[in-house]
Amino acid sequence: MREPILSVSDLTTHFFTRAGVVKAVDGVSFDLAKGEIMGLVGESGSGKTVTGFSLLGLVDAPGRIVKGSVKLNGTELTTLSDPELRARRGHEISMIFQDPIATLNPMLTIGQQMRMAIDAHEWLSKRAADARAAELLTQVGIPSAAARLRGYPHEFSGGMRQRVAIAIALLHRPAVIVADEPTTALDVSIQAQILFQMRDLAAEMGTAMVWISHDLAVVSSLASKLAVMYAGRVVEQGPTATLLRDPRHPYTAGLISSLPAMSQPGMPLSQIPGTTPSLLSLPPGCPFAPRCDRATKACGTAPEMTMEDNRGWRCFHPVSAFKEATV
Amino acid sequence: MSVFLNIDNVSRLFGPNLSTGEKIAAKLGGNVETRAVRAVSEVSLTVRRGETLGLVGESGCGKSTLGRLIAGILPPTSGSILLDGTPVMVDGRKVTTRVQTVFQDPFASLDPRMKVGDTVSEGPIAHGLTTKSDAQGYVANWFERVGLDPVWVDRYPHQFSGGQRQRVAIARALAMQPDVLICDEPVASLDVSIQAQIINLFLELTCDLDLTCVFISHDLSLIRHVSDRVAVMYLGRIVELGPVDQVFAASAHPYTAALFGSVPKLVLDADELVHFDTIEGEVPSPLSPPPGCYYHPRCPCATDICATTQPETQTVSELRAVACHHFKAVLADKDPDLTSASTSVSAR
Ligand SMILES: Nc1ncnc2c1ncn2[C@@H]1O[C@H](COP(=O)(O)OP(=O)(O)OP(=O)(O)O)[C@@H](O)[C@H]1O
Ligand SMILES: Nc1ncnc2c1ncn2[C@@H]1O[C@H](COP(=O)(O)OP(=O)(O)OP(=O)(O)O)[C@@H](O)[C@H]1O
Ligand code: SF4
Ligand SMILES: [Mg+2]
Ligand SMILES: [Mg+2]
Repeated sequence: MREPILSVSDLTTHFFTRAGVVKAVDGVSFDLAKGEIMGLVGESGSGKTVTGFSLLGLVDAPGRIVKGSVKLNGTELTTLSDPELRARRGHEISMIFQDPIATLNPMLTIGQQMRMAIDAHEWLSKRAADARAAELLTQVGIPSAAARLRGYPHEFSGGMRQRVAIAIALLHRPAVIVADEPTTALDVSIQAQILFQMRDLAAEMGTAMVWISHDLAVVSSLASKLAVMYAGRVVEQGPTATLLRDPRHPYTAGLISSLPAMSQPGMPLSQIPGTTPSLLSLPPGCPFAPRCDRATKACGTAPEMTMEDNRGWRCFHPVSAFKEATV
Repeated sequence: MSVFLNIDNVSRLFGPNLSTGEKIAAKLGGNVETRAVRAVSEVSLTVRRGETLGLVGESGCGKSTLGRLIAGILPPTSGSILLDGTPVMVDGRKVTTRVQTVFQDPFASLDPRMKVGDTVSEGPIAHGLTTKSDAQGYVANWFERVGLDPVWVDRYPHQFSGGQRQRVAIARALAMQPDVLICDEPVASLDVSIQAQIINLFLELTCDLDLTCVFISHDLSLIRHVSDRVAVMYLGRIVELGPVDQVFAASAHPYTAALFGSVPKLVLDADELVHFDTIEGEVPSPLSPPPGCYYHPRCPCATDICATTQPETQTVSELRAVACHHFKAVLADKDPDLTSASTSVSAR
């Protein structure tokens, strides 16, 4: 196996709120090789964004990484000081945030903001910085980019703002990009352009990516591996196509079969009953148990990750497309 | 089946909302935007009773505006909308309760300071569908209908999950006993695992209550699942209309083909390198739509006529219509045997 560029093990991030401890990320582990794209999918509130924030050391009080390690190119990030982290952020690892509006300052032109992002890590003349910025805007599909640099965020459409945010994340050609639902707000036609560009980027520049999304189709066309989160934990991980074809965890299986494409038009969709649990009052044991039709008494204790070949799942009674599993 | 909802040549413009100062500046030749947005342009549609019509298109193409026009929330600038032969609006005021709407974000559309039971009973009491004294049982009945526990009537919206809030919004709409339901992206803000629950509820209720629906979504697989017919919008106009299986199997408009082509599909083969069909260029500004066919600057099939002459809406077959000069060539390009959208999308 290739040497991983990003290696995450037992990452655990908690929020210490007045109402109690929110275990937003609970023992997440994965490796990412150069040029590899991993999809991170799961229910809303399952900890995808907090996982991304934790990788970049962006978790603020009352939250804190309480356990685990994040190694980027061999360097442990969780123990770095703030200035050391800042020096790496944007430069070696960067994040495209879920909300592009929040990323951009409404008072500054797009050019000014991109120049600031460049200045943070290297010295370039204004002209060279503008040229670099324009080049990247062109790359993400913004026409007449040089003129557009003088525009303010409100003069850009939502999709264009999202692409500016992507261009800023790419400025320093980081080794790792965490992309948090970067195409959710975009039209399908623009989304296709961005997915195409991102896949090229990973292939040509060796950029590794964590691609957070709830859209299984997007992830399946982009990511070679997949991690499925539920209530702060990765409940299943492995090669994307394998997981989608032959899921083991009942939650993964439920997600896939609830897609409209999996049912006859007009017929009821297969649905997962119940609702997402509150992270403040998780049931003991497997957090999916209250919604799971395979649950037994055994599920009252938390299942460990079962590894088999290059995949793993946390479930006592895994589903199998090919054979009914036994306890 | 007879025409139930008749949308005839409807347009809706949004003015630029100028302040007095800006109006003066504009008169003096200042650089002020005075053009109006044509959100919906000369749309004609009919919907039959009990039918679900899907409405798709890129962001900003006018789907929600058309939905609000049909619901009588917004008056059209020109044209008429008749429900069962009577207008939904008279003098800019909604005159029917027979059309109700369910919006994308149930949190924004429910009053946060009002108990959900009161939210549901407010309209029916005002319109005499129930009385104050009977309201409790009336609401409980609708709560049960949409899968909510009637003991929750005294709760406030923030005490519900997203999926439950959307059920409240559906209960509120249905309690008005509408004939037509407009659903504007009803599951877009919900958890993936909850979406299927709401869609199933929708399918069950539309069938049981014989509802006529306009279902707006940008999720094409969902549209295909719930609709009988689909209308594809581009820059305020309907460019293609037809039975959902036929349009998905062989689209007649190059834009429909491109839109379908750019939807990512579930890939189950690790070695398959997905080809992303992208539409060149951006959606033009609705302030200054291009001359001729609105799609021509991005269209791979465009010829000279497309740049100068707006295509008329033409009949493809009994139930299908399309507004494209070259639809015959687009259709001929397709293998008539194809039935699945995933294999029929490249119009070139
Ligand atoms: N600052 C905070 N204080 C307390 N709890 C927090 C804080 N930030 C996040 N959380 C909690 O952590 C959990 C994980 O949130 P996160 O944003 O990572 O979810 P997500 O998987 O990204 O969901 P979505 O798909 O909705 O974006 C949630 O239950 C959330 O309420
Ligand atoms: N109240 C308004 N005032 C001015 N312009 C408006 C108003 N409402 C809508 N528009 C404009 O009308 C056009 C159509 O908007 P509409 O909301 O109908 O699009 P949509 O197809 O629903 O898009 P989306 O998929 O993003 O919801 C857009 O250009 C929009 O900016
Ligand atoms: S551990 Fe039990 S409850 Fe959890 S997913 Fe597996 S079978 Fe279901
Ligand atoms: Mg998130
Ligand atoms: Mg809309």
